[in-house]
Amino acid sequence: MEKELKQFTVSVYTENNIGLLNRISAIFQRRHINIESINSSVSEIESVSRWTIVVNLSEEQMKKIIGQIEKQVEVIKAYYHTEEEIIYQESCIFKMKSDLLFDERQIQNIIKDSNARIVTVNRQFFVIEKSGRKEEIELLHRELSVFGIMQFTRSGRISVSKEEMKISKMLAAFNH
Amino acid sequence: MKETQTIENKATNTQQTERISGSEAIVRCLLAEGVDIIYGYPGGAIMPVYDELYKYQDKIHHVLTRHEQGATHSAQGYARISGKVGVAMATSGPGATNLVTGIADAQIDSTPMVCITGQVASHLLGSDAFQETDIVGISTPVTKWNHQITKASEIPEVMAKAFYIAKSGRPGPVLIDITKDAQFEEFDFVYEKCTGVRSYKPVPETDIKSVEAAAELINNAKKPLVVWGQGVILSEAEEAFKAFIEKAGIPSAWTILGVSAIPTEHPLNVGMLGMHGNYAPNVLTNECDVLIAIGMRFDDRVTGKLDEYAQQAKVIHFEIDPAEVDKNVKTDVAVLGDAKASLEAILPFIHKNTHTEWHQKFKDLYEIEYEKVIKHDLHPTKEGLTMGEVLHQINLESKGEAAIVSDVGQHQMIACRYAKFNQTKSNITSGGLGTMGFGLPAAIGAKMAAPEREVVSISGDGGYQMTIQELGTIFQQKTAVKIVVLNNDFLGMVRQWQQLFFDKRYASTEMTNPDFVAIAKGYYINARRVTKREELAEAVAEMMASKEAYFLEVCVEKEGNVFPMVPSGASVSDIRLS
Ligand SMILES: Cc1ncc(C[n+]2csc(CCOP(=O)(O)OP(=O)(O)O)c2C)c(N)n1
Repeated sequence: MEKELKQFTVSVYTENNIGLLNRISAIFQRRHINIESINSSVSEIESVSRWTIVVNLSEEQMKKIIGQIEKQVEVIKAYYHTEEEIIYQESCIFKMKSDLLFDERQIQNIIKDSNARIVTVNRQFFVIEKSGRKEEIELLHRELSVFGIMQFTRSGRISVSKEEMKISKMLAAFNH
Repeated sequence: MKETQTIENKATNTQQTERISGSEAIVRCLLAEGVDIIYGYPGGAIMPVYDELYKYQDKIHHVLTRHEQGATHSAQGYARISGKVGVAMATSGPGATNLVTGIADAQIDSTPMVCITGQVASHLLGSDAFQETDIVGISTPVTKWNHQITKASEIPEVMAKAFYIAKSGRPGPVLIDITKDAQFEEFDFVYEKCTGVRSYKPVPETDIKSVEAAAELINNAKKPLVVWGQGVILSEAEEAFKAFIEKAGIPSAWTILGVSAIPTEHPLNVGMLGMHGNYAPNVLTNECDVLIAIGMRFDDRVTGKLDEYAQQAKVIHFEIDPAEVDKNVKTDVAVLGDAKASLEAILPFIHKNTHTEWHQKFKDLYEIEYEKVIKHDLHPTKEGLTMGEVLHQINLESKGEAAIVSDVGQHQMIACRYAKFNQTKSNITSGGLGTMGFGLPAAIGAKMAAPEREVVSISGDGGYQMTIQELGTIFQQKTAVKIVVLNNDFLGMVRQWQQLFFDKRYASTEMTNPDFVAIAKGYYINARRVTKREELAEAVAEMMASKEAYFLEVCVEKEGNVFPMVPSGASVSDIRLS
């Protein structure tokens, strides 16, 4: 009876609040749901924060979790979307030995073909940055790892939905 | 009383400001919220507030409990019987952590409560200072909302928000942690009640379409069953609820937090749901064609095995908390909103009905339960006092007018099953958390909130000893609660499970008990022990007639069991009668 797991991107609009990270992450932790990535930033609305959380779970579970998130006093609204319903980006940076740039000519091509860019180069190392979809980043990682990566890190996902989320209307209604 | 008024007016009068300390502001906020009693325990980090409470003692009565857990349960008892917000107060560190059990209990049972804790000075936060503990972090998963105040100027707004959030929508506990420097700091005080929080929608709008859809299902139902919970009481929907079930003629069963919303003797009341509930409503849950849940959340103790719960029925769920809809039981029609408003909205759409034949099924099954269980509980003939006969005696004396405050265990199930109620908000018990030790302190709070009412606390010998120190509070406050301990020298409920499911291996459930009567007398409380059936009626009568606190220990049979029983993991219709 295992329900099919899907990847969902959750967008949560919240008041700025120190304790909220705790509350939101506890909702996932209690149910043993691993957060794939989480990002918090300002949003299109002044003084409202926007969180983007990526999780793998069944749609049924997802709906229940959205209910639990929205129940938090400081959460204004939460939405969930499948990958097809959003435009998203993730970004990553690689630190690699500078010698490689000269010894391994393909690296230049890989960087070019993958639309990555070199952020900085010095005698010891150079840094590559790439933004894109998950698979693009995974591909670049695979391609570069054969040369040896000194450091790698990848950001949480940020996304916007194709459909309108109507959050501004909701807030406007409150102010009346 | 007059003076309280003027202070209140001053405080709610928005324009005037006054320069006062943070600690005085806290007390003034409490007054502005209409708080008359608070329960708490002092200590270093909250001393400035206590100093103000000393000055305001003719306006706010502070009750010194004997443990901070007792303070929370008393605040809960106060809230449950009155519908008002209960207030508990404690110092930082151990004082604050001692509140946690009561807060968790209030969270799962939707009890409005505001807890105020002192905290070390803000410059010491995060330094592991003496009695510093991250109570905001600790209490986060068990509060509806919490907040730490580090500046006096935040106090009025945060306190107003705390009371608003605790009481509105689905109620719950709020914790406000206030650093010591914020308590000392002076600022220009002005109080304004909170009427809304932008990100928080306490009551979802009722969609008239869902009301109509629900009415249609109900009107076409041949075998409808109402299952109601505390939501009916919390939204003060008792009258609307009664009008609804009477017009539709639907048999109605309750959760242990919902009971007392209508009088026990109401002809449509078909009894208690769940693990130790009545036979008929459990069995017929799996036979009804429309299940109408009102202000209840399908707790697993109520539903038993979910895959075999009311699968044949269409489910209607009247619910204030959208997160509860489809959480455990899939609904066909969800009527979101406040129970009172929704029930009033649906009434005109409901056709009059009686469902006579369907009712007969409940009566038939009741007869079976009466012969197999109830008769032996209430009117036993064999040796050994039963818990049920004690409840029966209490009913005879109280005539349904008492509030019954139970602890957790066998006696709780017996109390909920057999206590008679004529008034709402009268069954006070720890439902969702099942907190042993809840009963005695909760009874204190209930009696203080409703001094005109008879309040009877019923505990087992185990749970009683978890908060027995509150006898000190009863003595000091002269709280006229009636305290009954049903002593079986066992942690009875656990022992019952050991007997039934662990081949009678009674691991750590036998209790060697002290002289409970002597202990009560040590607190100067009148006390009596009953060991024989012949003495019971007279002893209960003496207790109920007492104008003061009274302690009654009844030594009941040691290995009595509570039946019926839905074994855990079984379906409600596989309920056992023995
Ligand atoms: C604080 C706490 N600890 C443990 C339990 C588990 N528990 C549930 S019922 C029970 C036995 C209660 O015994 P007693 O208070 O004597 O009441 P009885 O069942 O005998 O009526 C226990 C240990 C609990 N509910 N709460």
